[in-house]
Amino acid sequence: MIKIQSISKSFGERLVLNEISGVFEKGKPNLIIGASGTGKSVLLKCIVGLVYPDNGQVFYDGRDFYGSDRDSQIEIRREMGMLFQGGALFDSKNVESNVMFPLDILTKMTVSEKKDRVNFCLKRVGLENVNAKMPSEISGGMKKRVGIARAIVNNPNYLFCDEPNSGLDHSGLDPQTSIVIDDLIQEISEELDITTIVVTHDMNSVMGIGERIMFIYKGEKLWEGTKNDITHSGVKELDDFVFANKVMGSLRTSS
Amino acid sequence: MIKEIGKYFMFLGQLLVNRERFKTYYKLVLDECQGIGIGSLFLVALVSTFMGAVTTVQTAFNMVSEFVPDYVISQVVREMIVLELAPTIIAIIYAGKVGSSMASGLGTMRITEQIDALEVMGINSISYLVLPKIVASLLMYPLLVIVAGVCGMVGGYLAGTLTEVITPNDYVYGLRSSFNPFTVTFALIKSFVFAFLVSSISSYKGYNTQGGALEVGISSTQAVTSSVIAVLVADYLLAQLLLSK
Repeated sequence: MIKIQSISKSFGERLVLNEISGVFEKGKPNLIIGASGTGKSVLLKCIVGLVYPDNGQVFYDGRDFYGSDRDSQIEIRREMGMLFQGGALFDSKNVESNVMFPLDILTKMTVSEKKDRVNFCLKRVGLENVNAKMPSEISGGMKKRVGIARAIVNNPNYLFCDEPNSGLDHSGLDPQTSIVIDDLIQEISEELDITTIVVTHDMNSVMGIGERIMFIYKGEKLWEGTKNDITHSGVKELDDFVFANKVMGSLRTSS
Repeated sequence: MIKEIGKYFMFLGQLLVNRERFKTYYKLVLDECQGIGIGSLFLVALVSTFMGAVTTVQTAFNMVSEFVPDYVISQVVREMIVLELAPTIIAIIYAGKVGSSMASGLGTMRITEQIDALEVMGINSISYLVLPKIVASLLMYPLLVIVAGVCGMVGGYLAGTLTEVITPNDYVYGLRSSFNPFTVTFALIKSFVFAFLVSSISSYKGYNTQGGALEVGISSTQAVTSSVIAVLVADYLLAQLLLSK
């Protein structure tokens, strides 16, 4: 479980996050949603410690991340896996080396143990016979899946996904891959019983895997709930966001 | 400017904290050595050979007095190459080739979130990415300077003897006469300092890239400019410290 308390962050004069608090539960994807530029990616970076908040605390199963010394922060970070927007695969390494990287650095496993684990994770995300390929030789959807494999290879307790469907949106080029990735994130969260936080602005993801949702608007948390409540939240900003989607918009019109 | 220098020293301070296992660095350093050393060898040999050749021809052109013996030409070539051309001019070329490559490589890693990926894994990205580059630079650049010195003198020999401005015997005699071994020590001290400056400044610029592809190009250019300025300032300070009487 991850708990955040009064997270605030400004860049210069601009207040990007204002006193955001919340709890992200284990075993199901927790979604942070909002339009582009509302601060949701900054919030995610504050949670994982890539951006230091001006105020606030983040607790990983009761452990205060920002109140800990550097060594304890590293301990917590070694329990994290993260899928970045562009995949963030290392250009100079092939798929196998990319997925194996956390094991090379963080474990003392033998080469054959590492290879078995890598093959298991690649198979889990639906990729086989791509071990020798370089990141430049695989598609965007495959990069995301390799990114997920790398994120889960070291059995993390916390999984973070920053816009897992960007570049593959449901209404765009590759709707099928988007659904596969959403389902994969949900299955992995349940299977490994880990705390997963997904940042997205994709309504199809929200309606697909949104068991717990936090809506951010202009740096403020305006609403929290589930996908079942999202269409009748009574929050105008959330309605504008939800029904901006064509499919959701047509539902609103027909109702 | 002062703020930037402060940030640079804080960046250097991160190099040695929370390091990974020695085995991890060993392979990274070898990879960097190959890129930096072998990759730069041809350019360094080519430039230094021509520098030696041109220095010989120009020194000979300026030797108008008949009272000055010919072997002075190769003495001048030796001093110029060992003291200045090999360590300093090659450092400027090194900054252009290796420094810009380091900055653009790290800058690309930054904008594609590869550095963030390392940080989230609990890896000190500065130590993991930059320390091997600096160590490899400290190992390879002095060797490149030695190669440059040898190639420069060979270039001078070829140019001098083929154009008959100096005989082979005079050239070799000039290289050996009044030789002060401290000049070589001085050149090697300079090479270590320049290697550190170019690799650390270029890495700093690349690591702190923000934005997109355009900013990677800007960081790369800034890396070369800042490295060259640092090399020239350090060159003067070292000369003043170690050579002044």
